[in-house]
Amino acid sequence: MTMHFPRESAKVHPPSLFPYYTSTVKRAPKRPLVILPHTETELTGPAYGHEVVQPADSDLTTQHEGTPIGQRIIVSGRVLDEDGRRVPNTLIEIWQANAAGRYVHINDQHDAPLDPNFSGAGRVVTDDQGRYRFITIKPGAYSWQNHENAWRPAHIHFSLFGPSFLSRLVTQMYFPDDPLFDYDPMFTSVEPKARQRMVSRFSLDTTIPEWGLGFEWDIVLRGTNATPMEQ
Amino acid sequence: MLGITPSQTVGPFYAYCLTPAKYKLHEIFTNNLIVQGIEGEKIRIEGRVLDGDNIGIPDAMVEIWQADTKGGFAHGRQHQGANTGFKGFGRVEPDHEGNYHFITIKPGRVKTPEGKLQAPHIDLAVFARGMLKHLVTRIYFGDEESNKDDPVLSQVPADRRDTLIAKPQSGNGGERVYRFDIRIQEGPEGPPETQFFEF
Repeated sequence: MTMHFPRESAKVHPPSLFPYYTSTVKRAPKRPLVILPHTETELTGPAYGHEVVQPADSDLTTQHEGTPIGQRIIVSGRVLDEDGRRVPNTLIEIWQANAAGRYVHINDQHDAPLDPNFSGAGRVVTDDQGRYRFITIKPGAYSWQNHENAWRPAHIHFSLFGPSFLSRLVTQMYFPDDPLFDYDPMFTSVEPKARQRMVSRFSLDTTIPEWGLGFEWDIVLRGTNATPMEQ
Repeated sequence: MLGITPSQTVGPFYAYCLTPAKYKLHEIFTNNLIVQGIEGEKIRIEGRVLDGDNIGIPDAMVEIWQADTKGGFAHGRQHQGANTGFKGFGRVEPDHEGNYHFITIKPGRVKTPEGKLQAPHIDLAVFARGMLKHLVTRIYFGDEESNKDDPVLSQVPADRRDTLIAKPQSGNGGERVYRFDIRIQEGPEGPPETQFFEF
């Protein structure tokens, strides 16, 4: 079975230049892009499976001696392609701020405390049904310098590979009904009809009694089944 | 048909997860693609990631994907034609001035779906704070005769092709060194920006 990657689908990605997000102004190409034919280089991709992750990598609350401060959450879902087929054995990398809105990155100077029991980085590989699951704490909002009184909505960064170099995706998962959505240059860089694709939903089904809240989020990567007619 | 999930920026704080050498997490990906028993010519590709003010971008992330010396890919579980354990994938966080490098092997030639041979090339993706989606380009090699017949390079405007050519550097022994700067945007008087692709 081969896959193909309709170019139309990729138009949902935000533009490179979005002046409300000020850092895009000097980091967007000015020249028109050239269409890249999809050769074997593009139609293949790196394969990293269960051998590269350790069991503890998907539980961000147990990576240190103590328990991190914050609301414990279970984030789970499926990785799918555009045909709705599940994407098994694909690596997901996540990183996030702690409950106070602070990243452990050495350059983060936001005036909020670090948590000695929380790094905020994790990895998991989807199972044979394309499912993934992380245990973490709900990240806090944080302020940044983009504009006066700028605050990012709570989010978790996701990095995914999928079946080819063309399905590579780095994105962010948001939480339902965040009041900061309308003020966020990154969230609003996406056309309105597609914004909810980045928002997880609260799930009582995956919530664990007396322990943690469940949020579900399905991720859809580029790629469709290529029928013989389309090849 | 399902709508795909939109891209969002990698942001400035990805390193402790994606390139965590300085942090506690174990590293999966590095800028050295060499594995034991690998066949092919060992090379070093080095350059800078630069913004529209010609300033290095230290919080960029660069990834490469390439064939092995025989033109095979370590794709999925089949390892179609790939030799040894060569993965063909590398990732690097530039230094504080935007300098990056990879140690790898020169890739072999890969066919197009129409069966035409391409010149040796490496696909490259660059991510950064200030980039809502990643950009994709290709590295070609300045000492390759086959560049002139390459079916992808020939679709790039003639006056832009040079931005995709890694320039051989006069070596001092060791592996062959190629220079490949990644200019996200050209300034008013600076060198031309790298040609990026709609993929």
